[in-house]
Amino acid sequence: MADVTRLVYKYLRHDKKFPHVWCPGCGNGILLGSLIRAIDTTGLEKDEIVIISGIGCVGRISVYVDFNTLHTTHGRALTFATGVKLGNPKLNVIVIMGDGDATAIGGNHFIHAARRNLDLTAIVVNNSIYGMTGGQYSPTTPYGAFATTAPYGNVEHAFSIAELAVTAGAGMVSRGSVYHASMLDELISKAILKRGFAVVEVVSHCHTQYGRRNRMGEAVEMLRWQKEAAVRVEKAAEMSQEQLRGKFTIGILADRDLPVYTREYDKIREAAKKGLKSF
Amino acid sequence: MSGKGVKETKRPPGRQLLLQGNEAIVEGALAAGCRFFAGYPITPATEISEAMSYRLPAVDGAFIQMEDEIASLGAVIGASLAGVKSMTATSGPGFSLMQENLGFACTAEVPCVIVDVMRGGPSTGLPTRVSQGDVMQARWGTHGDHPIIVLAASTTQDCFTTTVRAFNLSEKYRIPVILLADEVVAHTREKIHLPRPEEVEVIDRIRPNMPPDWYIPYEDNSRGVPPMSVFGDGYRYHVTGLIHDLRGFPTERQDEVSAFIGRIFRKITQHLLDIQQIEEEMTEDAEILVIAYGSVSRSARRAVREARERGVKAGLIQLVTLWPFPRQAVEHVLRRVRMVLVPELNMGQISREVKRISQGATRVQTLNRVDGNLITPGEILTRLVKSF
Repeated sequence: MADVTRLVYKYLRHDKKFPHVWCPGCGNGILLGSLIRAIDTTGLEKDEIVIISGIGCVGRISVYVDFNTLHTTHGRALTFATGVKLGNPKLNVIVIMGDGDATAIGGNHFIHAARRNLDLTAIVVNNSIYGMTGGQYSPTTPYGAFATTAPYGNVEHAFSIAELAVTAGAGMVSRGSVYHASMLDELISKAILKRGFAVVEVVSHCHTQYGRRNRMGEAVEMLRWQKEAAVRVEKAAEMSQEQLRGKFTIGILADRDLPVYTREYDKIREAAKKGLKSF
Repeated sequence: MSGKGVKETKRPPGRQLLLQGNEAIVEGALAAGCRFFAGYPITPATEISEAMSYRLPAVDGAFIQMEDEIASLGAVIGASLAGVKSMTATSGPGFSLMQENLGFACTAEVPCVIVDVMRGGPSTGLPTRVSQGDVMQARWGTHGDHPIIVLAASTTQDCFTTTVRAFNLSEKYRIPVILLADEVVAHTREKIHLPRPEEVEVIDRIRPNMPPDWYIPYEDNSRGVPPMSVFGDGYRYHVTGLIHDLRGFPTERQDEVSAFIGRIFRKITQHLLDIQQIEEEMTEDAEILVIAYGSVSRSARRAVREARERGVKAGLIQLVTLWPFPRQAVEHVLRRVRMVLVPELNMGQISREVKRISQGATRVQTLNRVDGNLITPGEILTRLVKSF
């Protein structure tokens, strides 16, 4: 049987009605495929995996996949994930959020989860818009872009999600795009296997809300833009600021060995049980 | 240094201790099997976090101080879904922040305990002073139609037993339980008898034992409470705050939505006798009734006893369960008395329930104090004598 059939059969819920809720051409569909391919290469058991998603179009992903799944309140997915991981450290927790969920309402939780270097995988799908609610601007909507709550154009500047994660202390930070699907599979599987807080920012497109209002065309044109604007990290290192304007880097931006929260807390348990004064 | 009373990790059984209410809450939680706590410091609940941070690691539990109260309740829900009994503790401002996640726990039917040590409000209010201002908020703080269980503690011993009860009810009915303490009971240090672990009745959530293929996560049954599987034990189901069908998948179908809302209410209303708890004193022949809860019930008890010595036929109902309001038990006594007094450290919250259920048949008087101090036995006694 074709590999895609095997993957679909193994990892998508049999009792959940398809088609999914996303628009034809949405990047989330590509992410869904990438996610299950990546998980497949890790060899982890389905029972050991918990998918926790936030609110937004990408948040709907959790209902389609055959793992332990949790669809939380807006912006708080990482906090639920913290509890799940500390409650049962043996579980592999993958948190999937949109740019609004992770960096607007969830911004505080994002930086603290990174700071703690909890052993979680955080996939932030960045389509620079609030798609589910009809196209309002998000913390990653570019300066000058149009949105339903920026009818004259956006006067705010965008966060760089990856840079935020690096500065906040995440063990691994990478960025991919839904155009570069194979690379995305690899980045996600590396992030899952990484011990520590591993962020994968996924540049995606919302042609329905963002593309239409900003003359970026349909899904195909927006994917083409991703292809043109992406620059591999290694190549970007040799380019100037000027050359990098309007582009985004893809690949692994940071990969370091920092103390992992659960390991550190084990030291606390040891100290407490032995009656010591400190770890 | 706070938490001193609970610094010994090995407790001899059946011991007498001098603890403050907050410390007793921690003892109760640990006795009930709580092994996860996430919280954020706030007066007058901070001692609970501090004691938990000290005690939990020694019993293989986990404590974490989260970045805010929203995160704290989020983590508590996550840990509960991973199979660990979990708790958080806060006061008014933090309790307000927790409301959205509280609604999530109601809808997703996740057992957990939220302690709210009430202080003067509204807003930043009176951080170090007592009030009972969050009673209505505990019932209706989160949006939408939802059932909830709210208990009130009035003594240090109470803090222990009511916390155990909170966990048991939470596990039994798959519902978040709010424990309302107040600044006075939380910080008053008094004698408490800690029972032996084997003397404490602990109830755990019922877990499914059928083959995973047969598991229907939110299927109705005679109790209205579906068995709850834990992440990692093989059932792989979906948990969401969206209104969902029997499988846990989001739905907007009218029949499925009505069925769901109906069931989560029914699981409580069908078991009111089990959930509602009151303590009665001298109500059999009472002509004036006092209904009180929390610290105020202690003043009320003293006042009622002294009133009796003066020939006033007073009686007391102390509410342990505030919500669902113990209508039947209270109504039963209300019918026999000619007046009921409801002293509260707020502008009248439980009194509204009493008025509602008396339906004009009994005279309901209020005694309200909102200046950050406890209503004294004298104040209540004066009213009782005057009204008799």
